[in-house]
Amino acid sequence: MTLAQRAIDNAVEVSGLHKSFGRTHALDGLNLHVGTGEVHGFLGPNGAGKSTTIRVLLGLLRADAGTVRLLGGDPWTDAVALHRRIAYVPGDVALWRNLSGGEVIDLYGRLRGGLDRARRTELTERFELDPTKKGHTYSKGNRQKVALVAAFASDADLLILDEPTAGLDPLMEEVFQRCVAEERDRGRTVLLSSHILSQVEELCDRVSIIRKGRTVESGSLADLRHLTRTSVTAVLAGPPGGLSGLPGVHGFEARGGSVRFQVDTDKLDAVLRSLTESGVRSLTCTPPTLEELFLRHYQDELGGAPAEVGAR
Amino acid sequence: MTAVAAAALAPGAGRARLFAGTGTLLRLALRRDRVLLPVWVAVIGLTVLSLPSALESVYGTAAERAGVARQMLANSSLRATYGPVFSDSLGGLVAWRIGAYAGVFAACLSLIVVVRHTRDEEESGRQEMLSAAMVGRRAPLTAALLAALVGNAALAVLIVGGLAAQGTAGALALGLGTAGVGMVFATAAAIAAQLTESARLAKGLTGGLLGAAYVLRAAGDAAENDGSSALTWASPIGWLENVRSFADERWWVLLLFVVAVAVQTCVAYGLAGRRDIGMSFLPTRPGPATGRLGTAGALAWRLQRGGVLGWGAAFLAAGLAFGAITGGATDLVGDNERTREIVERMGGQAGLTDAFLASMAGMLGMVAALYIVQAVLRQHAEETALRAEPVLAGAVGRLRWAGGHLAVAFGGAALIMLLGGLGLGIGYGGHLGPVLGACLVQLPAVWVIGGCAVLLYGVWPQAAPAAWGVAGAALLIGWLGPVLDLPGAVLELSPFTHLPKLPGEEMVWGAVEGLTAMTVALTAIGLAGLRSRDLTT
Repeated sequence: MTLAQRAIDNAVEVSGLHKSFGRTHALDGLNLHVGTGEVHGFLGPNGAGKSTTIRVLLGLLRADAGTVRLLGGDPWTDAVALHRRIAYVPGDVALWRNLSGGEVIDLYGRLRGGLDRARRTELTERFELDPTKKGHTYSKGNRQKVALVAAFASDADLLILDEPTAGLDPLMEEVFQRCVAEERDRGRTVLLSSHILSQVEELCDRVSIIRKGRTVESGSLADLRHLTRTSVTAVLAGPPGGLSGLPGVHGFEARGGSVRFQVDTDKLDAVLRSLTESGVRSLTCTPPTLEELFLRHYQDELGGAPAEVGAR
Repeated sequence: MTAVAAAALAPGAGRARLFAGTGTLLRLALRRDRVLLPVWVAVIGLTVLSLPSALESVYGTAAERAGVARQMLANSSLRATYGPVFSDSLGGLVAWRIGAYAGVFAACLSLIVVVRHTRDEEESGRQEMLSAAMVGRRAPLTAALLAALVGNAALAVLIVGGLAAQGTAGALALGLGTAGVGMVFATAAAIAAQLTESARLAKGLTGGLLGAAYVLRAAGDAAENDGSSALTWASPIGWLENVRSFADERWWVLLLFVVAVAVQTCVAYGLAGRRDIGMSFLPTRPGPATGRLGTAGALAWRLQRGGVLGWGAAFLAAGLAFGAITGGATDLVGDNERTREIVERMGGQAGLTDAFLASMAGMLGMVAALYIVQAVLRQHAEETALRAEPVLAGAVGRLRWAGGHLAVAFGGAALIMLLGGLGLGIGYGGHLGPVLGACLVQLPAVWVIGGCAVLLYGVWPQAAPAAWGVAGAALLIGWLGPVLDLPGAVLELSPFTHLPKLPGEEMVWGAVEGLTAMTVALTAIGLAGLRSRDLTT
């Protein structure tokens, strides 16, 4: 039975992954589960270990401890067989100075499972890439396009994209997002490491947030939102009463007849009941943005809350 | 607002600002070269300094020294190898034996330093960030040339100080001449760095020029016994010889270095001023929109073929030139047993023609060791530039990827030795079979050095550049070992020592087999290391 024939629920299955470089613990028990056919956002601040994790998944680095399964195989021992089914786009694409972009796209196509010629032509046009230019004459954004065209035109089952749109203009960013959506529609799995939260919000079914080599949050955006606070602004007919004292209410501010506060999303029900008691004239509820989710997980880094054990 | 703008512009809107930041860039260059420069200077300098006592132990008496001088002058092939002897004093012999080589090594150091701080910086994009700061347009080139000057000046000081006991004037002439050769190639590299967009090509062009200068000197010395040939005068290495250190120095010859350096510096600045940062004068043509490259092996060949062909052409040309001057080898008046002994230790047992051909084949082999090191280390460059990462993320095993580069390295070494042998045979006008055999028998030794490079790269990639040191040590042992009467144990450290001296000697298969087995073992360990280690990221 080949790897391809084996039925797999999760395209990527990482648990308890450790990786050290000398005295630096880059990964400290990381978990990552990417379901087959989903677009999975992989988030974390600089130096959190995203690229290290991806390099372990690609069999470029050897895991110190933990289990790593990729498309049902071991990324270290089955590297070559797995890579036939993977397309990878690094965040900083290095090209050979004397090879044209077109040559590099075709090379990577052949080094993977193969290349869809029609799709290659179509993508080259959509990304407005001139494939006849030599490697060193491309700008950063255009180098990135070379790698993206090669990846999207490939027959890969799993796309591993490590901050793939660094250097792309907003129009090309739009093209990229449409391409990822098409990949999902074709049943491919995408692991997308990114700092562009609107991109992740737009594209990803599920996200994992890591910090200092550990997974701190993982789930669908709806799940994650549930764990966080909704912002509420309301104009009330009467006094707010005991609203500020309710469990789950934070940052309460009253000015004139209007109130602003955040509320833990699972306490929303009780708070709304209390609001209607005071008489609501207008009400705005804003679900937490991914940015807020993100900041909540990073802010102890910024604010200097207790450091986690085992981090560098 | 206007006041601020005026203050910023007023002091140096003129020419002086072209050099702004040179001092800082020079300090940066010296800081980056803090290992490279001292090590090279020390190796060249100490080699020169060790020569007087070593030569004294070989040619102890004045009569012996006079004998060797007479023979060198009488025999064109020996002159081609070592240059003419202008004085039979100990100092004169030191200048004769080491002058050209100190010059060649100083030139190598200089061209590496200059390209490293000019074209390399632009190619990597670092120059852009530096030049966005308070850095004048001429500052990068100036700093690079000054860094080379610092290295060459240190070398000159070491030589002058160390050889002063043999005669102050001679030591001064040799020291200045060596530094002069270094600076001529530093400024030549500065021009090459303006012409090409790739640092690799800039170094290759300047290295090719250096090889041509060496061959010109050799051919000129084969033709004339007093360095007066036009060919010798066309070569900066020939100028160093014609300074005649320790033999009634001709100081005016040093002016040639000054003029050449001045002219080349002006050309380099002129070119630099007429181009944009990162650009060159050779336009980049568009490439094909689709490609046929499909395997890691094909990619390795595509990346390295320019280098292989360049080295091949150089070996063919050098072989032709050395073959053409071989005829004079039989002129030797054999009245000094000692010289004959040295020639034989350099080369062969039977006829001196054979000995000469053998020593030329040996020299090509030692230079081929430099080829194989750079070809093997190409993988290292690919890995550290992060270009290996996406290739290995394709369906390419590490062994297959490395295999492509190793095939080019080991096969390329065979190809260039074959071409060198062809040139040597054709230039000599006969003996083609034996001459080809003499060149190909060098291969196992070349390959062992390639194996050392694979081992270092695979097991300890941070130390991979030390493979240059391995090749350099083999060159040094091969060149100076015989004349310095080094102990056998030291000579045997070089794989070339173990080879039969063909043509002339009996073929010894044992050594060839032993070295080949060693190559296989070193390569296997290196590849096993590469397979099991983390990639540099």
